[in-house]
Amino acid sequence: MQIVLQQIINALSLGSIYALLALGYSMVYGIIKLINFAHGDIYMLGAFCAYYVISLWHFNFIIALLTAMIVSALAGVVIEYFAYRPLRKSPRIAVLITAIGVSFLLENGMSYLVGSNARSFPQVMEQVNYNIGGIVISNIQILILATALILMVLLQVTIKKTKMGRAMRAVSVDPDAAELVGVNVNHTISFTFALGSALAGAGGILIGMYYNQIDPLMGMTPGIKAFVAAVLGGIGSVPGASLGGFLIGILETFFQSIGLSAYKDAVVYFVLIVILLFLPAGIFGKNTKEKV
Amino acid sequence: MAMLEVENLSVNYGVIQAVKGVSFKINEGEIVTLIGANGAGKSTIVKTISGLLKPKDGQITYKGKSIVKEKAPQTVLDGISQVPEGRHIFSGLTVMENLQMGAFLQKNGSEVNKGYQEIFERFPILQKRKNQDAATLSGGEQQMLAIGRALMAKPKLLLLDEPSMGLSPLYIQEIFKIIKELNKKGTTILLIEQNAKQALSIADRGYVLATGKIELTGTGQELLANPEVQKVYFGG
Ligand SMILES: Nc1ncnc2c1ncn2[C@@H]1O[C@H](COP(=O)(O)OP(=O)(O)OP(=O)(O)O)[C@@H](O)[C@H]1O
Ligand SMILES: [Mg+2]
Repeated sequence: MQIVLQQIINALSLGSIYALLALGYSMVYGIIKLINFAHGDIYMLGAFCAYYVISLWHFNFIIALLTAMIVSALAGVVIEYFAYRPLRKSPRIAVLITAIGVSFLLENGMSYLVGSNARSFPQVMEQVNYNIGGIVISNIQILILATALILMVLLQVTIKKTKMGRAMRAVSVDPDAAELVGVNVNHTISFTFALGSALAGAGGILIGMYYNQIDPLMGMTPGIKAFVAAVLGGIGSVPGASLGGFLIGILETFFQSIGLSAYKDAVVYFVLIVILLFLPAGIFGKNTKEKV
Repeated sequence: MAMLEVENLSVNYGVIQAVKGVSFKINEGEIVTLIGANGAGKSTIVKTISGLLKPKDGQITYKGKSIVKEKAPQTVLDGISQVPEGRHIFSGLTVMENLQMGAFLQKNGSEVNKGYQEIFERFPILQKRKNQDAATLSGGEQQMLAIGRALMAKPKLLLLDEPSMGLSPLYIQEIFKIIKELNKKGTTILLIEQNAKQALSIADRGYVLATGKIELTGTGQELLANPEVQKVYFGG
């Protein structure tokens, strides 16, 4: 029982990071129907940004988090502006391939600039372990989970309650009609990239704290897993992406805990195949009706 | 001076010429109708006026100012709103949120609240369905929502693209009644219709469009009485 609870705690911290990443995939897909393969690399940029501001300027956690989020948001907006916007009217496959290109550019560009070696992530705070009835929880785990949850709630409020959030939803269901009521579609898309990328940046600093290690290729696998999480939850759905992230985190931790670490990534891909076969719309996904 | 003047407008989709040198005008306070067969280019014309499409050639002047280069949000600010063909309400957003989207560019909060009240008085069903997903409304209710959403922008000129499409006779009557009322209250109207008889009977003037060109023009009564119009649109 204790072992199970312990693993659940671990799974939730990891899952919350996947959830943050999955949200960005889902939002961007919702608004421009693009699987943004460069999203995992934005998360890597966020992690590196946090790495530098913590080790060079000794920023505390909150300030480092905000810096990583802002820098990632800017990166997302710039990438959308230069790489995806000129292709707005092109076939989807062209944009998809561009996204893969951007991903390679970020991974290799970063390797070139900072070297491809893994480096250890600086300690943002002293780790303290709490032992509650035999279950060990560290303050870092609590911080990861709390940060992720707060960001998810803030995102949900932004999307559901603010004018900009309404515009995002309107553009994602019907861009032309949104324009006809006065929405600037380009600004709304930039805003969506900024939000999604900021969450990825937050995921980056949190994963640095979780694994204590970062490298320029760190975004590849979590990027794909978060994509699977977004598909699992129902791509385009915000609560779905959160749930999908947690489920993938739980699944991965479970396979690790029964001694099958070597297969933990394979399991996630297997899940993708199963969803695509049996539940293509995901858990929260709607079967999109054809418009008349 | 005309409120809206379209001169020699040509619009292409790639190599397809959808609109070929169309000219017409709308005076302030009028109801002007544009009728024509499927594919004649009616929707293309209103989309171009709204700024969703760029014309290949021609001029569009609104209140003395050229708006041919303006994008849709700017034309909304100018006072031109469109109720698109097929309604295009925002599914997944509630009825209320759809109306809020209609007021997207409105700055004055108390004016906006007054706007909701006016819409709810005109369309009581929308108030009842306020917190419901707009996609769950019936076709006629969706049309009312689409009109209500456009009215939230306080338009001076309202472009209605086939507002009676897919509605039952009773609802069609209702929609035409609403159009007349809106016009009485000072909104100028461009009405696109398949329902030529009814459109012409409420219109001050009409234009008949065929394959991208204006074929005929006249007052509503003249066109109703025109034998050619009768042959093509009222089945002889
Ligand atoms: N996006 C598009 N791409 C290519 N051709 C188009 C496009 N939209 C419209 N057309 C073509 O342009 C012509 C005019 O279309 P339009 O929608 O303006 O007609 P309409 O008069 O509104 O017809 P309806 O009464 O059926 O709504 C048609 O021949 C149509 O096939
Ligand atoms: Mg049409």
